[in-house]
Formats: sequence, structure tokens, C-alpha cells
Amino acid sequence: MADGPPASDAFSVRVQADAFDATREAATLAHGRTDVGAVVTFTGLCRADETADGPLTALHLEHYPGMAEAEMGRILDEARARWPLQGARIVHRHGRIVPGEGIVLVVTASPHRGAAFAAAEFLMDWLKTSAPFWKKEERPGAPDDGAWVEAKATDDDAAERWGAGAA
Amino acid sequence: MKVLYFAWLRERVGLTEEEVDPPADVHTVADLARWLQARGGGHAHAFENPAVVRAALDRRHVKPDAPLAGAREVAFFPPMTGG
Repeated sequence: MADGPPASDAFSVRVQADAFDATREAATLAHGRTDVGAVVTFTGLCRADETADGPLTALHLEHYPGMAEAEMGRILDEARARWPLQGARIVHRHGRIVPGEGIVLVVTASPHRGAAFAAAEFLMDWLKTSAPFWKKEERPGAPDDGAWVEAKATDDDAAERWGAGAA
Repeated sequence: MKVLYFAWLRERVGLTEEEVDPPADVHTVADLARWLQARGGGHAHAFENPAVVRAALDRRHVKPDAPLAGAREVAFFPPMTGG
């Protein structure tokens, strides 16, 4: 079992503490099919950065259990209504995540690349502004050992450009 | 009804969740936030700037003017920063 792609529905969302394997998740969507022409995989990583308060050692991801999955499912439904997707998967982690590790994974499958690219970007833009997750920095040199990450107006703009109707 | 708090609202209130029984004149999400803020202490600190507080009713995003009518679970949290 461990060697093959994990079997599951073509469309799914998951919230988990464990790391994910982007290659394996992507392979699942096209596994055993001959009609898929494009698979787009996006992985958002925890990035090491350095501020005046010193280096970031980790991010702590808090989420709203139940609503996080529900909201990710609604975002996925909206993407399916807009593009001819054959499969899509969103995996979002919670808990402590160190630089270099993946935080979020979006995979989309479609007959042609345009829809797969667009849907993946749409899913990420809406995830960032409407999926109930919050990042807190772990920065040992900072007051209280790190602060909550503030929402960016650029993320709101990125979500808004897709128009009303999502989330 | 059950009220849940996340991220820095949770830290300021000092609770992850609580049962509340607001008076009859608390009709909307904004009314509830004002009523909670009036409790003082951590609640007052958490709700001091309503413009940066988001809310969900029964696990769906809502605007401040959304009526509470019948909701079982209300959540308050800052703008989301996942992804």
C-alpha cells in the first residue's frame, strides 16, 4: 500500500498535523486515468526570515476544527463550478511547522493546463483569506517569543479579483 | 449559545470557548461583540477594535449585522492568515 498513490475521492480536503508528500498526493489525482491532461501542484512552504527580532524558528498554525474543513470544501465547490476540473485536493497543516516544511498543498487536475493553473491560483487566493487558519511566529528574540502574523491587504486584493461568489 | 475564540482573541479573552446567555436585546453578531466587550477585563481587550474582528455563525463566515437567530455556535477571530 505504501508504494502506490493513496486511494481516495477525486475531490477532497484535509487538515492534518503531519507533513504531506506533494508528489504522492499529485500522483493520486491522475492515477489509473487516461483522460487527465494537466496536473498543477502548488506547495506553500514555511520560509525562514530574519527581522530585527532575530530569525524565525517555526510557525504555529491554529485552526477552527470543523469550520476549516467545511470552508475548504466550499472553496473547492466554487472552483469546480468555475472550471472543468477532473480532480482537486487541498491539504492544510496545523500545529508547529519549521522552515523548509510544507504548510499547504493544492493540486488540480483538468484536461487542459489553463483550467488547472487558474483553479489552483483561485484556490490559494481564497484559502488565504477565508479558510480559518492563523499563523503565529516563533521567534525567540522577539517580545513574547513571537507575534501573530497580520493579514495582508494584498491577499484580500488577490482574492477579490476573482469576483464575488466565492466563500 | 456557545462562543469560540481563536488566535489573539482567544489569548486576550483567556478562554477557547464559553457558554453565554445574552439578553433579548442582543440581536446581531455586532450586538453580541459589544455585549461581550462590556464584560470588561480580557473580553474588553479582545473586542476593543471591532474592525479587526471577524465572525462565523455555525461555521460560516458572516458580517457584523448578521442576526444571531437560532445560531448554536458563534466564533470570533482575527482576519485569517493561513495558506
